Amino acid sequence: MAPLVIAHLVGIIMAVQGGLTAEEILGRTQGSLGWMCFYSAFVILVAVHGTIGLRSILIEWTPLANRIVDALAAVWLISALILGLRAVVAVTWS
Amino acid sequence: MKTLDVQVWRGDETGGFEKFEAPAQENQTVLDVVTWIQRNADPSLSYRFACRVGMCGSCAMTVNGRPRWTCRTHVSRVAKDGRLKIEPLLNLPVIKDLASDLKPFFDKWNAARGTFEAAIKREDPLVPISPDQPERAAANAAIECINCAVCYSACDMVGWKPSYLGPAALNRAWAAWNDVRNDNRLDVLKAVSDDAGCHNCHSHQSCSEHCPVGLNPTLSIAGLKRATSKALLKGNLK
Repeated sequence: MAPLVIAHLVGIIMAVQGGLTAEEILGRTQGSLGWMCFYSAFVILVAVHGTIGLRSILIEWTPLANRIVDALAAVWLISALILGLRAVVAVTWS
Repeated sequence: MKTLDVQVWRGDETGGFEKFEAPAQENQTVLDVVTWIQRNADPSLSYRFACRVGMCGSCAMTVNGRPRWTCRTHVSRVAKDGRLKIEPLLNLPVIKDLASDLKPFFDKWNAARGTFEAAIKREDPLVPISPDQPERAAANAAIECINCAVCYSACDMVGWKPSYLGPAALNRAWAAWNDVRNDNRLDVLKAVSDDAGCHNCHSHQSCSEHCPVGLNPTLSIAGLKRATSKALLKGNLK
């Protein structure tokens, strides 16, 4: 995930040079298999990473039983995947 | 005669603090104070000690919020305003007064499988191990633990997640992992890589901060994290 985060940050810094519009972004990303692959991988890794972290926080800071924590983590994982991949499709599908 | 204001935990988890006034001496340890209370004020006070010279770890208690060996804690260092608050070690069940039940600590010690199982028989030639070998150096750095449970008591994670094996058990597992003569090194990694294992550590380093022997369980646990991750990627952790 770390190299993808760095690539994402570099991409943002490069893209915002000289201003940025939605059309500019979509002009680059729509129909691009490369951006679709990159950001799909990013979304999956972030969803997993975030879920593991939130699960740890729930275990350490709440009295909830492990079964309930695992269930909540699963709900979060699926939500994050759906929201994230939906965004990737919206931005890269042509 | 100057006196110390001493609050001492009495009873089990449902108990409370009892106040004593103990004489303040020029040079005294917290263990001296507890002993004075038991001998002169209340003989029913229960506490543990053995060597009273900072070697055995039996006298470990929570003093003004921190786990310490009471025989190695000068009152002048911790009770600046003449006040002492003495409780049993945290993160453990309380038997009575200042005596905690160390059974969960030792159960986890066993669960982390930091034991030595020989790979050779009596008749086989000895395996030459140089003290300069990096694994031996790592094992030597971690091997001096005397199971006083101060690190376990200091650990935030043990408090937040009661199933967590804890710094001492994992530190010993790291020492066992680094003993290349050990026949069970993969078993050690398997024992420390489940939900209660080394990956719970957030590197707060309370363990290393408080260890009276100067060990570094956080460093050992970091080593276990690397070793278990590598083993997982190689498919050795099945």
